[in-house]
Amino acid sequence: MGADELVINMGPQHPSTHGVLRVKLKLDGERVIGSECVIGYLHRGVEKIAENRTYQQFAPYVDRMDYVAAVSSGLGYCEAVEKLLMVEAPPRARVIRTILTELQRIASHLLWLGTHALDIGALTPLFYCFREREEILKIFEKYCGARLTTHAFRIGGLQYEAYDTLEKDVERFCKDFESRIVEYETLLTQNRIWIGRTKGVGVLTAEDAIAFGVTGPVLRASGVKWDIRKAMPYAAYDQYKFEIPVGTTGDTYDRYLVRMEEMRQSRLICLQAIENIPSGPILAKVGKVLKPPPGEVYHAIEAPKGEIGYYIVSDGTVMPYRVHIRPPSFINLQAFDRMVRGHLVADVVAIIGTIDIVLGEVDR
Amino acid sequence: MMNAALQATLEFLKLYWAPLLCGVAVVAILPLVVGYIVLVERKIMADMQARLGPMRVGPHGLLQPIADAVKLLIKEDIIPENADKLVFWLAPVLSVGAGLLSLAGLAIGPAFQIAQDINIGILFVVGISALGIFGIVLGGWASNSHYSLMGALRSSAQLVSYETAAGMALVSALLFTGTLNIKSIVEAQSKEGIWFVLLAPVAFFTYLVASIAETNRAPFDLPEAESELVAGYMTEFSGFRWSLYFLAEYTNMIVVASVATTLFLGGWLRPFSGVPWLNFLDFVPPLLLSAIGAYCVLRMPKQPTRVQQLFMLAMAGLCFVVALVLAAPVVLPVIKPSLRAAVAPFYAGIHGGFWFIFKVSLYIYFFMWLRFTIPRYRFDQLMRLGWHFLIPLSIINVLLVGVALIAGAYFHLQGWGLLLVTTPAAVVALVAAFLILAVEKERDARQEQTAASDFYAG
Amino acid sequence: MLDKVLFYFFAGIAVASAVLMVTRRNVVHSAIFLITALLATAGIFLQLRAEFLFIVQIILYVGGIMVLFVFVIMLVNLDVALQQIQFARQKWVALIVALALAGQVGVMFWTSGKMPGQGLPVLAAAAAEHLPPNSEAVAKSLFSTYLLPFEIASVLLLVAMIGAVVMAKKRT
Repeated sequence: MGADELVINMGPQHPSTHGVLRVKLKLDGERVIGSECVIGYLHRGVEKIAENRTYQQFAPYVDRMDYVAAVSSGLGYCEAVEKLLMVEAPPRARVIRTILTELQRIASHLLWLGTHALDIGALTPLFYCFREREEILKIFEKYCGARLTTHAFRIGGLQYEAYDTLEKDVERFCKDFESRIVEYETLLTQNRIWIGRTKGVGVLTAEDAIAFGVTGPVLRASGVKWDIRKAMPYAAYDQYKFEIPVGTTGDTYDRYLVRMEEMRQSRLICLQAIENIPSGPILAKVGKVLKPPPGEVYHAIEAPKGEIGYYIVSDGTVMPYRVHIRPPSFINLQAFDRMVRGHLVADVVAIIGTIDIVLGEVDR
Repeated sequence: MMNAALQATLEFLKLYWAPLLCGVAVVAILPLVVGYIVLVERKIMADMQARLGPMRVGPHGLLQPIADAVKLLIKEDIIPENADKLVFWLAPVLSVGAGLLSLAGLAIGPAFQIAQDINIGILFVVGISALGIFGIVLGGWASNSHYSLMGALRSSAQLVSYETAAGMALVSALLFTGTLNIKSIVEAQSKEGIWFVLLAPVAFFTYLVASIAETNRAPFDLPEAESELVAGYMTEFSGFRWSLYFLAEYTNMIVVASVATTLFLGGWLRPFSGVPWLNFLDFVPPLLLSAIGAYCVLRMPKQPTRVQQLFMLAMAGLCFVVALVLAAPVVLPVIKPSLRAAVAPFYAGIHGGFWFIFKVSLYIYFFMWLRFTIPRYRFDQLMRLGWHFLIPLSIINVLLVGVALIAGAYFHLQGWGLLLVTTPAAVVALVAAFLILAVEKERDARQEQTAASDFYAG
Repeated sequence: MLDKVLFYFFAGIAVASAVLMVTRRNVVHSAIFLITALLATAGIFLQLRAEFLFIVQIILYVGGIMVLFVFVIMLVNLDVALQQIQFARQKWVALIVALALAGQVGVMFWTSGKMPGQGLPVLAAAAAEHLPPNSEAVAKSLFSTYLLPFEIASVLLLVAMIGAVVMAKKRT
């Protein structure tokens, strides 16, 4: 440690670390030459709890990991257990699941955009984003009674039938949403200061991204065209046409563009889905007591923040033997050190924001 | 010696009782005014963010500043452990003192100036407001926290850097006046019949940007933004001390806006003050305020509670009273032409005050608008903007304006005729600005390429 | 009368600040007292109706040079400076030199009173109305009589600035 080096501590209580994240930065003057993330402040032992709950009892716990995008976490878990039980959710349930998950993707990206812009100093996009997110949360509340920790899906399908005006609500939201995205882009995309703060900041090359196991928009912005919705389709994604936005340089600006485009594509998926929701049952025949045959399954879906994977080992009883969750934020956070080296301290906050982490997911 | 002191005091009071009274009044009223400017800012911020802002305390949140002031005053005064108590006490006082003192040199309308007829008017205002830097640096140091100190040094480095650009911009405008006296500057604009913003637009733009940096407002507010590692030099100050810093910041905003208004926007002159057939514009202020009053009356029945209805009526009444005060000097000479001479000083004072406050408000509104719209600059980008762009631009602009003036004097141009020479000067300055920006972008790109390769060495 | 009181007020502050400045252990306190001393000097300029000098003193000395001083003080490790023993072995030499200087100044004042024409010239104060506006007077003389020294000074400052930038750049 040279004479000019300084180790400073950011967090765990800090307005911009998006949760209880502690970052130790090694500085040389103003430049960051090394960093270390200290996590675990929000560890609640979710995976251990899973060993003492039945499969249905564990489902609400999954929402509380990535509390910003609870619906997708729930989707991943339900589909993983369905794989273990070797049942498939009926088509109607799959389509409604897709609609709600895509709405959740938009909501998660909106929250990301608002807070990321706020960290960089743009005060206004936060309120605009939350205005749209409010509409989505109203839809969720009408559907399953909860806004944040929704527990929207059940193992085998859905519990609640889609309420009568669901298609109308989603259609109205999607129609309004296009002009709103244009609003956000007007404020930020061509803004000199925004470009100055995000271009070239936190560059992650494609090789590094793959080496770290980074997934989601971070991976796609680095130039790797990999989206589980296209590569290994689940729910009803194989029925819809949508693009996978890919970036070029892997800097913060590219990640911003990728997520903006993803919001647009999600909107398109929703519009396609509500045109043709098949009729039929919403819950497969799974019985009240779930006892999957002994075995293990790993099922991953494309959550808004990346690939969320569920590795479930069943020993034939009503409770799983082991549940391990592969949270996207946790893996993506590993790339933080690589992204932040050489940058100034003021960029650290921008880089934390651009990875889009939720500490509930990182710590479980 | 006591006798001598007493005699001197009496002599002083006899000469300067009026400015003293004005000074005391300003110092007493300014915190209230600043409090309401903060409320206005919060309401404008809310409006731009699709929400309502403070609504609970008092009708439409109008008692919010009072509530905030009371809270700040009764808060516990925390002093960090090893802080230097004398300097900790002194720092906010320095900031506020510098701000208030520079207010004394400003002329709000031709009738209201605390320090009358200073020969060095503008220089006094700019120089004294620069003393506020010490408030920041000493505050950061007295907090006995490494990060506060860094934030303070950064903030003061920013202030010092943009002072040069601001000063050069002011010089460009002063070239047209030949004097530093504030009243003479406005009179020069009245004489020429054209505001200096039209004669030196690049200087106005430079001063606008530099003044935003001078007052630590967004997008140049990194030293006091919370997403930086610390909240800057103000971190350890709470309660009344913090409110002093806050007061200093908004006072600086008012000072800077007033300087810009005086030098560039025609001070207290009505738009087209020299053109007689546009004198009907004199009726605009009273009509404007009557319209606002009428709007308040119209909205009154729609208010949910009785208190808010009464409050709307009170607002309407206030607007009508002010409109009456504004209308009197304009309407009376129309009714009774003989009164024109008697009413003239009232007209100049009241309408001058209105137009001055109007322009200052526009300038401050622009500050607020910028704050809520664009993100903030990183510190190195900020410094680069100041040193690499604004200072060269302002120096080049001074040269060009000087050349334009010489050409104007050679051709005996006056008033609007000066536009013939200053517009080419402004165009050349703009071209120079774009050239500088292009050079900067190229240098940026080159630096990015060389620097990118060592990032992955670790 | 007002003039006299103002003068003694500012002069008193200047002297007290100067004494406090050289006797404080804490470097920042010394800097603060230097600031007050300079401000008091500016006040004396103002009292002498030299308003341009007043504001230039404030802008340049206090707002420029003192800011630089304070910056440097704060960037230097203060604890080290505090622990250094001050007034090391030069106490007595300093005292003797100070006494000699004080004696000379005293003799100067004494002779100007006793022997007119020797020592300090005692000028009659010019009436305030006869003084030309200060800034214009300084500007006129700078750009006419003293144009060459003004330009030489500017070139000197430019050279100093360039030198400082070059030296700072070499370090990084």
